Amino acid sequence: MTQEPSIISLEEIYFNYPGGRSILNGLDLEIFSGDRVGLVAPNGSGKTTLFNIIMGLLKPSSGRVTVFGKERRTEHDFKEVRRRIGLLFQESDDQLFSPTVLEDVAFGPLNLGKSREEAVAVSKKTLAFLGLDGFEHRITHKLSGGEKRLVSLATVLAMEPEVLLLDEPGNALDSAMKSKLIEALNGLPVSYILISHEFDFLSETTGKILSMEKGKVLFEDEVYVHTHRHSHKVGRQPHKHV
Amino acid sequence: MITEPFTSGNSVIHQVDPRLKIVLAVLLAGAIAVADRGITLTAGLMVAALLVALARLEVKEVLRRLAVVFGLMALIWVVLPFTYPGDPFLKLGPLHASKPGVLLCLKITLKSIIILAIMIALIATNTLSALGSALHRLGVPGKLVYLLVMSYRYIFVIENEYQRLMRAARIRGFQPGTNVHSYRTFAYLAGMIFLRASTRAENVYRAMLCRGFDKRFHSLGSMTPYGKNVGFTLLTGGAFLLILVLEIWGLKIRGWGI
Repeated sequence: MTQEPSIISLEEIYFNYPGGRSILNGLDLEIFSGDRVGLVAPNGSGKTTLFNIIMGLLKPSSGRVTVFGKERRTEHDFKEVRRRIGLLFQESDDQLFSPTVLEDVAFGPLNLGKSREEAVAVSKKTLAFLGLDGFEHRITHKLSGGEKRLVSLATVLAMEPEVLLLDEPGNALDSAMKSKLIEALNGLPVSYILISHEFDFLSETTGKILSMEKGKVLFEDEVYVHTHRHSHKVGRQPHKHV
Repeated sequence: MITEPFTSGNSVIHQVDPRLKIVLAVLLAGAIAVADRGITLTAGLMVAALLVALARLEVKEVLRRLAVVFGLMALIWVVLPFTYPGDPFLKLGPLHASKPGVLLCLKITLKSIIILAIMIALIATNTLSALGSALHRLGVPGKLVYLLVMSYRYIFVIENEYQRLMRAARIRGFQPGTNVHSYRTFAYLAGMIFLRASTRAENVYRAMLCRGFDKRFHSLGSMTPYGKNVGFTLLTGGAFLLILVLEIWGLKIRGWGI
């Protein structure tokens, strides 16, 4: 069986902010169709920068970005990427800029050239999928932190992307909302990379977990999520295995 | 807190194309601003009242908005009649209120009320995003439209950021006073808010790019039934012409009216 070509491929990516320390240092990464990858790494290790580079929002100082089988260099190249990959920002207030929820969710579909009726229909469908029925006319800046998070995800999903880049999607969610999110992610026919610090959350939403160090993705210690039984003292108490 | 209490209605005025409302509001307001005759202003007042009534707005809320004007007008009423030259109208000790002065005050007050009422009926009945989209389609440069729509959304975020910084200062015992330390702290606060606002602006722009933004604004506002647009244009355009005719006709037989 031949392996399918990767959907995202980063080769030898270097990046540093002007006058700053280097963030990405010869990073390599390949994502294949159907992958559900978790990314765990300390703050400041360049996870968000990595997402911005895939979307063409930041230009690497050197290296090669290939998405959907084509090398992407110019702003024009990335237009197609942005249409097919959805990025959930770390900060919801950055993502929700329209006065009402419906307008915000419909913003993407309208930009993709859908008619008003189509845009409204897909927006309502997406909101319902995330359990946000009845939120259409809520004012975005008056939503709670968790609601903002889910509406932000709705704005991304309404564009019907093939791949998702999720920057800490579980932030600000209470446990009920988090299970809703887990259920939604597991029900989506898309590939994604998900940044999170919570292993519990990652184990329920991703198939493998990568980490980053010194501006590179570490492959040597790919963590595969699995469950096992074992016994030890005070095992009844909630505890973590790291 | 900014709310949009007038946008939620479903009257004829709410259903008219925002572009028509903007154009006619500007025409009417311009005509009223340069009008000078009492009869013109009376007609203007009736037109404004008619528009507010057609928009089926809550009268109490409209009056509350108009009340803001009265505060400003009070200032003019206190000063202008006593400083404008002309026949005395009222004597208060050494002060003489002149007749032309009082008339001028009356005109300014009337004009302000009429223009504000027209703006409430025609402009405040659109959501801000509909206004943005309409202005853009009327040829207002994208950057200005952008500025308007984004200011509306982010003014709350910026206020929150200010509150957060202020709290952080307060829990560490900061008490504003008249001293260099306080001034410096406020300068830091202001600087910090600008910095955060600019970072935020960059991120928001990226978020918009990610969702296919191509410097054009689309609006969800539904299509207006043709008949309602035509009816509105005839009615309001007619009112505009009436005001023009009254003003010019009145000038020709000078000495008859006020």
